Amino acid sequence: MVLEAKNISFRYGKGSRQILDDFSLAIENHERVGIAAPSGFGKTTFCKILSGYEKPDQGEVYLDGQPLSSYKGYCPVQMIWQHPEQVVNPRLRMREVLKEGDGIEPCIIQGLGIEEDWLNRFPAEISGGEMQRFCIARALGKRTKFILADEISTMLDLITQSQIWNFLIEETKRRQIGLLAVSHSMPLLENVCTRICRLDEK
Amino acid sequence: MTDKKIILDIRNFSVSFEQYDKGFSRTGLPVIRNLDVTIHEGEMVAVVGSSGSGKSLLAHEILGILPYNATMGGELLYDGEILTKERQKALRGNEIVLVPQSTAFLDPLMKIGPQIRKGKKDRASREKLNEIFQGYHLKEEVQNLYPFELSGGMNRRVLVSTALMGNPRLVIADEPTPGLHMDMVRRVMSHFRELADRGAGVLLITHDLEQALEVADRVVVFYAGTTVEDADVSDFGSEEMLRHPYSRALFRALPQNGFQFIKGTQPYVKELPEGCPFGPRCEQCIEACKGEIPYREVRGGRVRCICAK
Repeated sequence: MVLEAKNISFRYGKGSRQILDDFSLAIENHERVGIAAPSGFGKTTFCKILSGYEKPDQGEVYLDGQPLSSYKGYCPVQMIWQHPEQVVNPRLRMREVLKEGDGIEPCIIQGLGIEEDWLNRFPAEISGGEMQRFCIARALGKRTKFILADEISTMLDLITQSQIWNFLIEETKRRQIGLLAVSHSMPLLENVCTRICRLDEK
Repeated sequence: MTDKKIILDIRNFSVSFEQYDKGFSRTGLPVIRNLDVTIHEGEMVAVVGSSGSGKSLLAHEILGILPYNATMGGELLYDGEILTKERQKALRGNEIVLVPQSTAFLDPLMKIGPQIRKGKKDRASREKLNEIFQGYHLKEEVQNLYPFELSGGMNRRVLVSTALMGNPRLVIADEPTPGLHMDMVRRVMSHFRELADRGAGVLLITHDLEQALEVADRVVVFYAGTTVEDADVSDFGSEEMLRHPYSRALFRALPQNGFQFIKGTQPYVKELPEGCPFGPRCEQCIEACKGEIPYREVRGGRVRCICAK
């Protein structure tokens, strides 16, 4: 299975800066692709387009040869965000947050080191590292085929970062999920990815 | 470093919050148990710890802005004298400045320019602010805006500017860079370095060890409310140079050093083990680790581990 972005162009509203210009990238489901690009390149925007949160001005995203927009219901391309506290409902207990995912298996919750006790807490009662584990679990639903990880470990300490990435590598290997990793740290991408895409110049 | 004057000396410090348990019974929540940090003139010390380790409280206790239900123990010396509430009040904002973690620390009802200049209108302060803002790509118009009109990254740069306005002797930067681009992070860090090179003491509180190693002179490793190691930045060049098992685990978790991890998470304050807080995750843990653990000198640094050699 291939996730393919073809000739994507995008800008936020008329008159603002052209963020992506005729950009193309293809990821196979057994690959882990890293993107290293300067700030302002539009890495987050690109992830949002790939996972269907934004519509490109030009170009199209294809999953398995079909336009991503033609998939109804659960989106097989799931994004994990940089700031976990901004993408969980503050009024839901973490147990409910997990239920927003697509049938999260207990082995994922265990593999990420999520403790039973955390499930009863509200987002404000757990640390950033713990919350990011929940966000990763939530994205790894049954029908997920591709994971987009946008700077998911910048606010984490080194040990948590390493725990989370090692789990993601194993899990995506096991289930043949394709992974796109965005990070500013080359050593991190070199450890995680099977292929790195350097976009130094636009 | 030893011939330089010690600006700040925190010895065996602890902070505990009083909480209501059931009904009227109250319990103490020991958020910081054993904290030791020394900062010399012209030195940049990074306190590195993961989120929830209590490191932000360190900044607040130095400035005396902890909430009323906090009780403190241990010694806090500034310039060789005990830092009392009165001294804290007189020094903060002048000799001691804080670059806070959250952008919510700005006064929402005061325009940026006057706020950073602290109401001063003379030419020198105006020019100085213009110069600082230029360096951070902040237009002059920004001075006429209110904090809510700025983006997160702009607010962050405004906060850093506050430290550069005066001539501080001690700068406390509490996670000053999240939400900034990498090149801006480097610029901010180089400014803190410059302040240190001009003789100020800089205390950088961060979760980012890599960043700390780039700019600081010494690194204090903080784990679950306890300083476990005080090491020179050069000690992080190899694992054997480090003294505490947690620092070594951090070292090995760096992507360029093997990307290995240890299991488990930092314990909550309420569930802290006896003795060494790292005990349950430590391979070398022995029975004696459950007792009192002294902070002692080992190979030029300090460590709170009875097994360290």
